[in-house]
Amino acid sequence: MALLEVNGLRIHFHTRNGVVKAVDDVSFSVDCGQTLAIVGESGSGKSVICYSLLDLLPKPPAVIEGGSALFDNEDLLTCSADRMRQFRGNHIAMIFQDPMTSLNPFLSIGEQLIEPLIYHPHKSLRLGRNDARAEAIDLLREVGIVNPESRFNSYPHEFSGGMRQRAMIAMALISKPRLLICDEPTTALDVTIQAQILRLIKNLQKTRDVAVIFISHDLGVVAGIADHVLVMCDGKVQEQNNTDAIFYQSQSDYTKQLLSAIPQGAKTTANRSQPGAPLVEVSNLKTHFRDLSIAANKSSSQEHMIKAVDDVSLSIQKGEILGLVGESGSGKSTLGRSILQLVPPIAGNISFEGAELTALSSNQLTPYRRKLQMIFQDPYASLNPRMTVYETLAEPLLYHGLANRKTVSQQVQLLMDDVGLARSSMRKYPHEFSGGQRQRIAIGRAIATEPEFIIADEPVSALDVTIQAQILALIVDLVERHNLTMLFISHDLSVVRYICDRVVVMQHGKLVEQGNTEQLWAEPQQEYTRQLLAAIPAADPVQERQRWGRH
Amino acid sequence: MIRFAINRLLQAIPVLLVVISVTFLLVHSAPGGPFSADKAVPPEVARALEAQYQLDQPLWQQYISYLGDVITGDFGPSFKYPGRTVNELIAAGFPVTAELALYAMLVALVIGIGAGVVAAMRPNTMQDYIPMSAAMLGICMPSFLLGPILVLIFGIHLEWVPISGWGDIPGDKILPAITLGTGYAAYIARLSRGGMLEVLSQDYIRTARAKGLSESLIITKHALRGGLIPVVAFLGPAFAGLLGGSFVVETIFQIPGLGRFYVASAFNRDYTMILGMTIFFATLIILFNLLSDLLALQLNPKLRQQARGSH
Amino acid sequence: MEASSQSTEQHSSLWLDAWLKLRKNRLALFGFAALIILCAVSLLTPWIAPYGYEQQDLMLGATPPSLEHWLGTDIFGRDMLTRIMYGGRVSLMVGFIATAVALVIGILWGAIAGFVGGRVDALMMRIVDILYALPFMIFIVLLMVVFGRNILLLFVAIGAVEWLTMARIVRGQVMALRKQEFIEAAYSMGLSQWAIIRRHIIPNTLGPVIVYTTLTIPSVMLLEAFLSFLGLGIQPPQSSWGLLINYGVETMEEYPWLLIFPGVTLSLTLFALNFLGDGLRDALDPRAAKD
Repeated sequence: MALLEVNGLRIHFHTRNGVVKAVDDVSFSVDCGQTLAIVGESGSGKSVICYSLLDLLPKPPAVIEGGSALFDNEDLLTCSADRMRQFRGNHIAMIFQDPMTSLNPFLSIGEQLIEPLIYHPHKSLRLGRNDARAEAIDLLREVGIVNPESRFNSYPHEFSGGMRQRAMIAMALISKPRLLICDEPTTALDVTIQAQILRLIKNLQKTRDVAVIFISHDLGVVAGIADHVLVMCDGKVQEQNNTDAIFYQSQSDYTKQLLSAIPQGAKTTANRSQPGAPLVEVSNLKTHFRDLSIAANKSSSQEHMIKAVDDVSLSIQKGEILGLVGESGSGKSTLGRSILQLVPPIAGNISFEGAELTALSSNQLTPYRRKLQMIFQDPYASLNPRMTVYETLAEPLLYHGLANRKTVSQQVQLLMDDVGLARSSMRKYPHEFSGGQRQRIAIGRAIATEPEFIIADEPVSALDVTIQAQILALIVDLVERHNLTMLFISHDLSVVRYICDRVVVMQHGKLVEQGNTEQLWAEPQQEYTRQLLAAIPAADPVQERQRWGRH
Repeated sequence: MIRFAINRLLQAIPVLLVVISVTFLLVHSAPGGPFSADKAVPPEVARALEAQYQLDQPLWQQYISYLGDVITGDFGPSFKYPGRTVNELIAAGFPVTAELALYAMLVALVIGIGAGVVAAMRPNTMQDYIPMSAAMLGICMPSFLLGPILVLIFGIHLEWVPISGWGDIPGDKILPAITLGTGYAAYIARLSRGGMLEVLSQDYIRTARAKGLSESLIITKHALRGGLIPVVAFLGPAFAGLLGGSFVVETIFQIPGLGRFYVASAFNRDYTMILGMTIFFATLIILFNLLSDLLALQLNPKLRQQARGSH
Repeated sequence: MEASSQSTEQHSSLWLDAWLKLRKNRLALFGFAALIILCAVSLLTPWIAPYGYEQQDLMLGATPPSLEHWLGTDIFGRDMLTRIMYGGRVSLMVGFIATAVALVIGILWGAIAGFVGGRVDALMMRIVDILYALPFMIFIVLLMVVFGRNILLLFVAIGAVEWLTMARIVRGQVMALRKQEFIEAAYSMGLSQWAIIRRHIIPNTLGPVIVYTTLTIPSVMLLEAFLSFLGLGIQPPQSSWGLLINYGVETMEEYPWLLIFPGVTLSLTLFALNFLGDGLRDALDPRAAKD
């Protein structure tokens, strides 16, 4: 008898624009001690299913139209509010994607941790504060937080991202639930931390015999951790099977599409870098920021500086695609912005085509700006919401004199063709497009001035994996057709391997290692590079299991 | 925290200096002096009075000597009430105004926060519309309109409460406090509703629910702290506003407080009274602002670490 | 400029979206309609008022509402409807002009502080914080007493109090915008500071500015009424709603309508403007536009 059995679940959202079938006839089951992964892109309904199990959906827009969710033979969807409160936290627990926003910033970690114990719905099972504290400290130690006694009184903002997620896991497990639902728990974490958290969840599952539902958009992440996989798209189940079957013998087209969209293996297109003098040369670059979060006791004269970029030197050949990888806080984004003079470096040189950029005034810099462009990460924030596509693409053309009032319309249309946008949507506003389409507009804007060098700062990180593949293909195509040189910044090593000729690795503002992509992958010289490579989840269950076993 | 408080107090000194100087200049540049309006005073007597009060000296000299007096806490004699010093008059009127302001603030906070929280619990339903429409009404009905209407209904027609005086008849503090506090109650209701709605849509509230906590616990322990931040930020300006609003309320209800004195002194060109009361009010407000900022710091652990840095 | 589009795509700017949302908010529409009617009546008052402003009928004295005098007469026999209409002209005029003063100062201050940032911003906002906390009521009282009851000065004094909130709003919006990536993109495109301000910052700041302007007008009118009530604002022979309420309070026991009608008119106007402002705020909220 399965612990959780969901049958024919249907959930609709009543929005201003009509009814959205968020979950359309979904059925699955989970047994004790097993992990079910629910995989899908944004809008697939994977999170909605799990929120409905704990009645966490906003009820006016969401309506449960049908189906049942039997937990220990009791229907979660129709039980009373009181009964639901008894389930929450005690029998079924949940951890969320972003631990920073999912923890109350005004209460200490410890206080939030002991709440399920001291406010237990069964009064007889409630613990006193001291007992609860002791249990909490034990659990904090178990999830890998050092110094749990003193950390008990810390606030969320005093923890790092990984530690916060560990604390959340502790908070979920403290009442010894039978089912743990994890909603994209590692998506907001660095790849090395992600590996640790996945391992932690797997171990805790074994020691506590909990059933786990793991939601993710990343098939690679679940390859090592899941026993069964449920693939969803647009609210419908695409395929459902045990892990090996899904990865090695997938039946549905969508699953195959998902699998093929994951960048795997080496770069297939030719290396077009030209020998000779480098196009861009960065020497001893230093960019520092003032640390604004110093404690109130430190004296103000001793200002804490964050060394975002700490004495970095690299060079980029014409025609080359150089990858810049690092985790959060490595300084890779800052390096990119420093090269473009969007953030002023405090020391060092940046030369482009032989010209020293740091020595130029902003007026002198303007002609160079045509040749150096940037593609940003967030497709929502990188477009002016009050300008149409036409205006966004026309602006650089008109400003740099590449078109006049008569010819600009024609050129904008050509640009739109180039990036794969329908000409008829020229007068639309950004909020009317999807994330992938917006990124196309941003790319169009970047190539409008016929630049020579483009810095792409995490251009696909905010996109779904199938869209990601499309945009990557577009970028590779454009680089080839327009003879571009590119600096490709990303935290995703698989993507970088797939399209970059050479790779530079950064950590804490310093350059750790650089070299030809395949060589780096085969024989990393530095320990940090080895850690990074080891942490990449592979969409290959057998390989992943071996890795877990090796541990 | 203490460092923060001392910092702010030190910053307050130049502010006060500016307040004193500007007020001094304004007051002395007004046409006519305290004694010129009195037709009953013959010119020689007026000149003698002016000499006695040092009004015939050059302005900058008066300024310096006044500053000297202020530092020692002496606001000088009142021009219009001979024989009594400004300090005495302030001491007499302040307790009354303070009590009025305190009651009004209580009314504002209790009704305002209560209504706002209740409304935020069920947004866009009757539980929301009714308190918020009442709040809108409260904002749109100025105290000098509300007061007389309340007096008309409850004081004169229904005769439930007395309509003037302070402390003479039991219950005569009710109408003034309500009149003064209602506008602020309304504004605080909107602020707390907004703040609570913002907090209730945060992820950490969802986490609290997923832990199985009861709704009342979620509201009181998790949501209120963040939701009331805009209210705490408003306390300083609210206090300043209450002091200003006391002018009108004291006039309507015949309350012998500082507010009424202030307006009268302004009309009478009673220099020392005006200056003294302005400085007094300004100091009070600065202190109150400091208190409310300290309260905000206490409530928000993140701010405590960031006592310096971006504002 | 002709786009060779085969199909006409329905596109909606954020302004159009906002207008559609506003239309659904009945209270805000009521506010909008009320504002239009009020402005129309005020402009046309000299022509449509039933009686002369100064027209007295001492024999009549104060009378309750009747067919000849819809809102009654005051103790000098003057028609209340007429007096309220003329009072409205003054109150609205003060409202608009003082708001304009506050708008100009506030926007300039806030935009400069927000855009330049750094120490300049810290200094400018510290000044705003200090002024916010000061007993401005007191300064206004002083100013009015000192400089006489000059209507021009009244505008300036009221505007000088209200610009603080506008400065904060504008500065907040500009700072948030500066961090947006499309501003960085504009920089990397080589646009000059001025072009960025004109094309990217200002259009995205208009929303909150419009909302708070609409909310400042009733605030200003309230302040004027307050001052007039104390005898420090509008002086006779002119009158504003505040003055009318003042007179009404004096005789409220015997002639309650002299207090009620100006009072209700003022309150309804403030009501309408506040609802309109609230509706605009909801309609222009960019967060809601994303769904």
